[in-house]
Amino acid sequence: MFWASYLLAAMAVILAWPVPVLLARAKWTARAPVTALVLWQAIALAGGLSMIGAMLTWGLEPLGENLLAGLQGLAGLLVSYAPAPGLDLIHVFALSAALLLGVHLVFTLLLTYYRIRKQRNKHRDLLNLLSSPVKNSPKTLVISHPAPVAYCLPGGAGSVTVLSEGLLELLRPEELEAVLNHERAHLNQRHDLLLWAFAAWRSALPWLPTSQLAQRAVNELIEMLADDGALRTANRETLIRAVAVVASGERPSGVGAPAKELLTPEESEALSTAHRLHRLLSPSPPLGKPAQALVLGCSALLLAVPTVLLLAPGLAAG
Amino acid sequence: MATLGELERAVMDLLWQSDSEDPAEIALTANALRDRLARKTASSPDGKELAVTTVLTVLSRLEKKGLVQRERDIRPHRYRAVTSREEHTVELMNEVLGSAPDREAVLAKFIGSVSEQEAETLRKLLTA
Repeated sequence: MFWASYLLAAMAVILAWPVPVLLARAKWTARAPVTALVLWQAIALAGGLSMIGAMLTWGLEPLGENLLAGLQGLAGLLVSYAPAPGLDLIHVFALSAALLLGVHLVFTLLLTYYRIRKQRNKHRDLLNLLSSPVKNSPKTLVISHPAPVAYCLPGGAGSVTVLSEGLLELLRPEELEAVLNHERAHLNQRHDLLLWAFAAWRSALPWLPTSQLAQRAVNELIEMLADDGALRTANRETLIRAVAVVASGERPSGVGAPAKELLTPEESEALSTAHRLHRLLSPSPPLGKPAQALVLGCSALLLAVPTVLLLAPGLAAG
Repeated sequence: MATLGELERAVMDLLWQSDSEDPAEIALTANALRDRLARKTASSPDGKELAVTTVLTVLSRLEKKGLVQRERDIRPHRYRAVTSREEHTVELMNEVLGSAPDREAVLAKFIGSVSEQEAETLRKLLTA
């Protein structure tokens, strides 16, 4: 069983650093955003599973060949209060660390959900007082502000798309339609769930390259997906024009640059517009079916390997 | 009958309005608010009378949310908006444009943050 824990640890390291770095640089993700999102989720899940699994199997080694046998042994120990042969302090330490990490991950997920929901509710409360609905466009609000801004605030039945007056002045009707369809794609495809999970992943393990890279990549990929959603009704030039107008008009010379002071250097570095525009300007064909199947297969494998490593040792040997 | 959300909105609109119109009338009593609301909605088809208790409920909700302040030194209590409509709008937009850690998860913006250089490139793209 030792080898299983070492393999799991190796997997955790690989998924924490080299794999996400390579995937973040990969070009094919823009050609298959959905598949790429599946892969990112598999990497995050398998990474967490191997991290916890490595410590768990290592700590349970004296008690059983695999996870189930080990846990049974541990339960037996706790019930009978008997001394455990071979279960040293270091094993107990590994078990406690595994437990702590597991609790930490779940707790951060819940805490992030609560925090995001609270902020959204507060934002929606203010919106209800300050914005006015758009005629003939359900769940769309206009707020009186000169900066051209469009965003959506997810939240189940209370989801809304918000446009600023500055945006309405700047865009032509067909461009506005493209923007609205982009935001609706976010809401219809429930991108908020992905954003929640990866925001939680990042706040749980902020120092891991994988969590930072994953969050940034996921943010970019969902924008691409929403663009694809908008392209179903809008033509490409209209959407490109909308993106370019809103992006360059963010600090119109006449309005005293409201957004500039709010921009941190980190944010400027983490631009997603460049990739998105490039993708819209010079579209590549979607990734071929075999390649997509290969990626999906890898994702499944990523989840299967740690599961097998946790459960299988000792089964073959009887 | 209007929903609580709509009433909150109407009450805030009145308080913000009186704030800018007449400095002496910054704070209003629940009764005064009720009368103004009734005057506003007099032409509404359902024609139901708005009860002062409803207005008080709305006001206490708004007070809890930190939007309305109650002046307790004289009775009946008078209510005023804590901050102006414009300041609230600025606060809201700061949340949208700013860089709070969870902002990206809270709301999805059509365009993220754009550098001056990128904006310049885009402007060229538009004029080309």
